[in-house]
Amino acid sequence: MGLVDKGRMPKPLTSLFNMGRSYSMWVYQWGLACCAIEMGAAFGSPRYDVMRLGVIPLPASPRQADLVVVSGTVTDKMAPAIKRLYEQMPEPKYVISMGSCANCGGPYWDSYSVTKGVDQIIPVDVYVPGCPPRPEALLEGVVLLQQRIKREDMGARWRGEGYKPMVKEPIVVGGGPVE
Amino acid sequence: MTDLADRQKLSYIAAQAADARLNVELETEGMTLNIGPQHPATHGTLRIIVRLDGEQVVWAEPSAGYMHRGYEKLTEVRTFPQVTALINRIDWLGSFANEVPFILAAEKLMDIEAPPRAQHIRTILFELSRIANVSLFLGDLGVQLGAVTPVFFAFRDREYVLNLIESATGGRFHPNFDRIGGLKDDLPAGWIAETKQVMKRLRAFCDEIEDLLFGNEIFQSRLRGIGVIPADVAKQYGLSGANLRASGVDWDLRRDQSLPLAWDKVDWKVWTHPDGDSFARCWIRLQETRESTKIVDQLLDTIPAGPIMAKVPRIIKVPEGEAWVSTENPLGEMGYYVVSKGDLGPFRVKIRSASFNNISIVPWVLRGVYVPDVISILASLYFILGDIDR
Ligand code: SF4
Repeated sequence: MGLVDKGRMPKPLTSLFNMGRSYSMWVYQWGLACCAIEMGAAFGSPRYDVMRLGVIPLPASPRQADLVVVSGTVTDKMAPAIKRLYEQMPEPKYVISMGSCANCGGPYWDSYSVTKGVDQIIPVDVYVPGCPPRPEALLEGVVLLQQRIKREDMGARWRGEGYKPMVKEPIVVGGGPVE
Repeated sequence: MTDLADRQKLSYIAAQAADARLNVELETEGMTLNIGPQHPATHGTLRIIVRLDGEQVVWAEPSAGYMHRGYEKLTEVRTFPQVTALINRIDWLGSFANEVPFILAAEKLMDIEAPPRAQHIRTILFELSRIANVSLFLGDLGVQLGAVTPVFFAFRDREYVLNLIESATGGRFHPNFDRIGGLKDDLPAGWIAETKQVMKRLRAFCDEIEDLLFGNEIFQSRLRGIGVIPADVAKQYGLSGANLRASGVDWDLRRDQSLPLAWDKVDWKVWTHPDGDSFARCWIRLQETRESTKIVDQLLDTIPAGPIMAKVPRIIKVPEGEAWVSTENPLGEMGYYVVSKGDLGPFRVKIRSASFNNISIVPWVLRGVYVPDVISILASLYFILGDIDR
């Protein structure tokens, strides 16, 4: 793909690629605490059924994944493992932080052993608030992320202009319309 | 199939051989394998370090703490009503059951008792959370052994129970519904009829799982005679709940102690199994789920009328003293030792959670087993990470 390497992407090709990427997301489930069960309900249960959104929740390792859902309490003992997992994922990669604990510490905001927010270690694209969020909220987060991926300028991203989180503002589920 | 004594002897011999191999200088090199911290078989983030000799485990050690959230310290800076919001999240699959022993301990210190209607509804919700907890175990069991279908059934039918809990308490997962002196609200209209239907559905689910899994030959050969825990060892390690009853010890706190809850008003049975192997542990949980649906059914017929809240002051100050209350939670015995100095919050809370003791037997039971059995034994011991690390 010479065009991609040079970073000159025609508009129609970009939107075609973006569509393809947004509807074939492989999600690595990094389930840590109570929220992991709700994530399991969203991804593994017949009632919510995430696969109809074009999301495949069963990659064998983070190296095959495009998206990671960090759901649950991140403790200081766990944090290095999460960082390492994130670094193993291939670009372009996205992160959904699910639950108050992963967003900001949640009910353990004054605990000595909990990392107050996974965004201290890795950049987060979508925040799903709630303790625990309902499975529907997680699904909405996935849909919002897909909408954003469709509008992405892939050329800029693949030109490798340093790594910055590709958006200025993260998405907050239930926090108003996406830009 | 060999009988139990033989199987225990065999596993003992295997453990001895494993010990001997560890002590003798061998030319082959052992291998250290990390299972976890993030592994599908560990229900969360438990790390188990095993030293292998070929396919056999010679030494195993669980490394907990990846989910340590500092509960005991946090309870010291919360007031009594705030603590329930926190301890919901210890065993996150059966949240309501965590609140009850703490509330009972606080009530014991304040010397009040919830009215009979509240006690009844507490027991119903307690059993519902047991069903929500154990039904997921029954589905997950298949996944650990390579059968993916049962987990979909479990998630399907568990949703109905969660809907019930949600319509009664407002919280799908973490109800935070128990109050010192009673309950926050009464049951909504139509709840009783709906619950009866769901219980029928859950019994059908148990039958389905029994047909799919427990009658399956592969399932049986993977679990029968594997991970045998004799009764005396189980007692030494402080196992509780279904893990203990599967070793033939007839001990259930719901029946064996008198608490202001409604289990003594209904007719039910404590199941035990003489084998003590992985299969027995899973089978006991299946039977207990059935038994819970029956308990709920009977309790629904006999809910007494009356208030749901005793007279308590608006600002709750618990008088000085110490109290210990434990109940039979879905995972085993869970207890709270509450020390109060007469303040708004507890001075110290010691939490005894079931899974912590249940996994302490892992180094003993994993010696001499083969690698695939590690997963099935861990699955059958059934722990929840929040319950181990707190
Ligand atoms: S946000 Fe709430 S439900 Fe989710 S992991 Fe934290 S405590 Fe558990």
